[in-house]
Amino acid sequence: MSEQNNSQHTPLYEKHVEADGKMVDFAGWEMPINYGSQVTEHKQVREDAGMFDVSHMVVLDFKGSDVKAFLQKLLANDVAKLKDQGKALYSGMLNHEGGVIDDLIVYYLADDFYRMVVNAATRENDLKWIHSQLQSQTEGYDLQLVERDDLAMIAVQGPNAREKVIKLLKDDDAEKVGALKPFFGIELDELFIARTGYTGEDGFEIIVPNDKAADLWDELLAEGVKPIGLGARDTLRLEAGMNLYGTDMDEGISPLAAGMGWTIAWEPTDRDFIGRKAIEKEKAEGSAMKLVGLVLEDKGVLRGHQKVITEHGEGEITSGTFSPSLGVSIALARIPSAAKDSCHVEIRSKQLKARIVRPPFVRNGKALV
Amino acid sequence: MSNENPSDLRYTETHEWLRDNGDGTYTVGITDHAQGLLGDVVYVELPELETVLNAEENCGVIESVKAASDMFSPIEGEVTEVNEELDSEPELINTAPFGEGWIFAIKPANIEDVEALMDADQYEAFYQENS
Repeated sequence: MSEQNNSQHTPLYEKHVEADGKMVDFAGWEMPINYGSQVTEHKQVREDAGMFDVSHMVVLDFKGSDVKAFLQKLLANDVAKLKDQGKALYSGMLNHEGGVIDDLIVYYLADDFYRMVVNAATRENDLKWIHSQLQSQTEGYDLQLVERDDLAMIAVQGPNAREKVIKLLKDDDAEKVGALKPFFGIELDELFIARTGYTGEDGFEIIVPNDKAADLWDELLAEGVKPIGLGARDTLRLEAGMNLYGTDMDEGISPLAAGMGWTIAWEPTDRDFIGRKAIEKEKAEGSAMKLVGLVLEDKGVLRGHQKVITEHGEGEITSGTFSPSLGVSIALARIPSAAKDSCHVEIRSKQLKARIVRPPFVRNGKALV
Repeated sequence: MSNENPSDLRYTETHEWLRDNGDGTYTVGITDHAQGLLGDVVYVELPELETVLNAEENCGVIESVKAASDMFSPIEGEVTEVNEELDSEPELINTAPFGEGWIFAIKPANIEDVEALMDADQYEAFYQENS
C-alpha cells in the first residue's frame, strides 16, 4: 500500500483504522471507503443506523449585521426564507456565467450569525470566491468569516438514528433535539445538531469540537451505530436522488441542467444574486439538457461518462452505481430536455435499455421507481 | 506467516486460480486477493459453454460496485461448465472465492500449460511485490 504523503487525517482517523477501514484518498484526506462490505453498510443505514465521518467538510461561520444581505447576493436560493431559528437551506453558489461553484447548506442561527457547510473538495475554490466577493464590498462592512477547522462532524443516519443519538444527551438537550423538525439545527453547549443528511433516511448531522469527536464516535458505537464508509455514502445518496458536486455538476454546468431548478429563488425579482442574469436567460429560452434518473432494465452496471442515446439526441451518465436497495443499477444522467420514457446506454459496445425516471429512487427504505 | 492461497491450486498474474478436478477438466475462479480488490460483486457475465478460449483471452466480466473487471482465461481450452449460482448469488465470489464462488470449468488444450502457471508461494510473492 502506498504512503499518502500529503493526506490529512480527521480526528477520527484512528477509529477508522481500529474498525478495519480501508483507507483511500478523498480530496486530500485519508478516509474509509468501507470497513469490509459497502453493500452491508448501505443496508445498515436503510434498516437501522450508521454513522459517517464527514469532518473533512468545511464549516464556515458568517457573523455581522451585513451577513444576510451578503448571502442574499452570494447564493441562488434566498436566506430570507429562513425565518425560524435553526432553519436550514440547500443552495447552489453560482458564478457570473450561472455555473455551479458548489452546492451547500446554510443555517440561520441569528440575524447576525449564519453557518454554512461546504464540500471538502471545493474548499479552496469556494473560499477564494467568497473572499473575492467580500473584497469588492465597501469599507465599514460588518461581516466576519471564520473557518471552523476546530470542528469535526459525524452524520448519523437511518430509521433508528435519531433515537440512538438522543439517548446520549442529557434530559433538557434530549428534549430540544427530540423536537427538531426536519431541516432544522440547534446549538447545544458543545454540539451543533441538525436534522439533515445525505442518505434519504432520517437522522442527524452532529458538529462536534475536534477533541471530543473520538469520544462521541465511541458512545455512538456503544449504542449499536455502525461505521459506514464513503462507498456506501455514494450508493445511499444516489438512491436518494442527491447530487454529488464534481460529478453531477461543476462550474461549467447551470443549476437548470443539474436538477437544481427547485433550489433557485426567483422571487423577489429584485434580488440580484450572482449568476441570476445568466440563468434567467437560459430559463426563458429553455435549457437544452436536463438531469434525470435512469433505471437499467438489463443486467449490468451504469457508470459515469457512459453514453446515453435518446430519440432526441445523446447525453451522458453523470453518476451511476448498483443500487443495493433496489437490486438493479441506477444513475443520474444529463440528457436532452425533450427525451422521456426510455433510452439506451452504451456499455462495452452493447446498447442496454434504461427507463427514464424522476429521482429519488428510494425514500424511507421504500422503492419509488 | 502461512499462505492463505490453497496449495493445491495454480495461479495466474491476473489473479485467477485453477483446480484439478481429476477428470481432465479444471475449475477456474478468482483469488481472495482479487475479490478484496474488487469489492462487493453484483453481476457476473459468464463465458458460454463449449466456447474455445485462448490463453489470456477475455472470457467474461465481473462487475462490482466499484468497477467492471475483465476475466481472462488462464489457459487455452474449452469451457465445460459454468457456475449458474452466480446469476442469483454473485456475492459468492466475495464470500467463498476458492469454493462456492468458482466461475467456470475448462478442458485444457495442453496439460503443460497448467503446470507452467504459478504455485501458491510464487503467486503470493507475485502480488506482494506488485501491490
